[in-house]
Amino acid sequence: MTTLTKTEDAPNPTGSDAFLSVRDLRVQFSTEDGIVKAVDGLSFDVERGKTLGIVGESGSGKSVTNLTILGLHSTQTTSIDGEIVLDGKELITAGEKEMEKIRGNKAAMIFQDPLTALSPYYTVGRQIAEPYMKHTGASKKEARQRAIEMLAKVGIPQPQTRVDDYPHQFSGGMRQRAMIAMALVCDPDLLIADEPTTALDVTVQAQILDLLKDLQQEFGSAIIFITHDLGVISDMADDLLVMYSGRAVERGTVREVLRNPQHPYTWGLLSSMPRLGGDTAQALTPIPGSPPSLLNPPSGCPFHPRCTFTGEVTGNRCAEERPTLGVGRASACHLTAEQKQTIFIDKIQPRLR
Amino acid sequence: MLQFLIRRLIGAVVIMFLIGAFTFFLFYAVPQDFAALSCGKNCSPENIAVIRENLGLDQPITTQFWNFMVGIVAGRDFAVGHCPAPCLGVSFKTGDFVWESIMDRFPLTLSLTIGGLIIFLLFGLGTGMLAAWKRGTVVDKIASGASIVLSSFQIYLLGPIVLGILVYQTGWMENPKYVPFTEDPAAWFIGLLIPWVVMATIFTAQYTRMARSTMIEQLQEEHVRTARAKGMSRKYVFFRYAWRGSLIPIVTIIGMDLSSLLAGGVVTEFTFDLAGLGRLAVESSVTKDLPLTMGAMLFGAFFILILNILVDIAYAFIDPRVRLS
Repeated sequence: MTTLTKTEDAPNPTGSDAFLSVRDLRVQFSTEDGIVKAVDGLSFDVERGKTLGIVGESGSGKSVTNLTILGLHSTQTTSIDGEIVLDGKELITAGEKEMEKIRGNKAAMIFQDPLTALSPYYTVGRQIAEPYMKHTGASKKEARQRAIEMLAKVGIPQPQTRVDDYPHQFSGGMRQRAMIAMALVCDPDLLIADEPTTALDVTVQAQILDLLKDLQQEFGSAIIFITHDLGVISDMADDLLVMYSGRAVERGTVREVLRNPQHPYTWGLLSSMPRLGGDTAQALTPIPGSPPSLLNPPSGCPFHPRCTFTGEVTGNRCAEERPTLGVGRASACHLTAEQKQTIFIDKIQPRLR
Repeated sequence: MLQFLIRRLIGAVVIMFLIGAFTFFLFYAVPQDFAALSCGKNCSPENIAVIRENLGLDQPITTQFWNFMVGIVAGRDFAVGHCPAPCLGVSFKTGDFVWESIMDRFPLTLSLTIGGLIIFLLFGLGTGMLAAWKRGTVVDKIASGASIVLSSFQIYLLGPIVLGILVYQTGWMENPKYVPFTEDPAAWFIGLLIPWVVMATIFTAQYTRMARSTMIEQLQEEHVRTARAKGMSRKYVFFRYAWRGSLIPIVTIIGMDLSSLLAGGVVTEFTFDLAGLGRLAVESSVTKDLPLTMGAMLFGAFFILILNILVDIAYAFIDPRVRLS
């Protein structure tokens, strides 16, 4: 920005035409033990009407990234670098009042556990109506009508009476539907779903996923879908981002990444996933070791202490040099493209059958 | 709700009865001749016999208990005259009716409690919430630090210091004294100001710490984060969501403190030389004036039960989950 650039008249400073564009995001928390690098140089784009899936283990930075997009991190202990551009608007530098106008309005969020994420003290209707009144200036009566309409839309029976119920009077699946109604009440352009089905029964999970897909078609919103369930992601997402230790390690379309994964960590994820109709005698192959400490991440490639293929890379590059993630379909690994392909076909694919 | 209330009230009556029975038998099981106590020194056996008859102590203990219980509900006749309901018996020492002695002292205790309560709720909860709102800032650090220091103070230490400065050194104020509100509201206020402030200071410190910690806890609840994610302002979320959740622990503590204060703030009353209920109870215990001790105890138990019910009703208003179960 020191010289004259075209960014001023361009609608989107990052130059991409994506609806949400995250560039080189770094999120650090200062704790008593030191600085936690929760997100370390993450970039991705989401387009309108598309779903981006983000997978990774606990502590890989998935949730932090998405809380940061909405500015819901603790402002005192967190430092943030990089760019988050939503529909041409830079969010990291945006003030609190501006963020309040965006949250629940342009970008909304669905949380994992609808029991704890809904307030026990207010009716479902009120909790749905609140953001609607705030963002559209609707009256109490209009907002209530809107809440009933939204409850009907997400498939709650007798919405006229259920609107006055409290969350504890709803079942788990209905609570998550109510949460979705709450998130969609202002027709957000971006919906962030943070493990929205993890706390639910499998049958209810399928219903909620269907509902989200239907609503996406109707509203045309972009969705970021965070999960650690690769089965769910293959059903929901268009694009997929695999995160490890606060970084993206592999990116591509869901089909590309799941059918032809190119990163040892993704191989590990797929190998440790049980398969329907799989051979019970064949053991799952968990990834050895445990997720890295974010306080003191490993040098070079953060995955190298757990990676079984470091020997294939010449020299000691895995421990010394941090692999970069290219643009488009890419994986952040020092293995050459041919090596990745050979290893996948010879060693990984047979395990996945 | 009504059904709940009726059930609770019946329960309270049963508990009151049990407490009454327990204290009665406990006290009367003591190997002590109350008639002799009541008679004092240089007492002839004839006198003791007369007193014993007057107090009904010559009757079997079950009959005595029956008379005691009936007296509470319907009143009772003594040699000194008719004791109207609720009759808690006659003091051994003064010969006054226990209920009247209690009622004599209660207005002071009530005044002391209400005045102090208003001050410490206002300042304690206010400061605590401010500290939670400004968590981690200088304001928070000062409020937290001061509240820790002040809550480790005691009324019997702080009281004499304040009296020493305001009354004995500067003469700005007079020694605390109780003037009934109905007689002279201004004198009532001035007379109790020092005890209120001293008592409230220590409670304020405790309430500050409690309000701060429960608010901070509530602010970390997931549903509070959801409300923020909907675009609700920090202020709205603070007062509507976090505060609502904090009310349950706060109301619980208020109920407990209030019932113990209404039964008599012993330390406050002794420190400021005020003749309230707590002082009456302690003195009666020291002089072995058992009917008075029992009366004071039952009176205190009554407040504990009533406030428990009130707190439960408050829960139902605060938390809809309580309402239905």
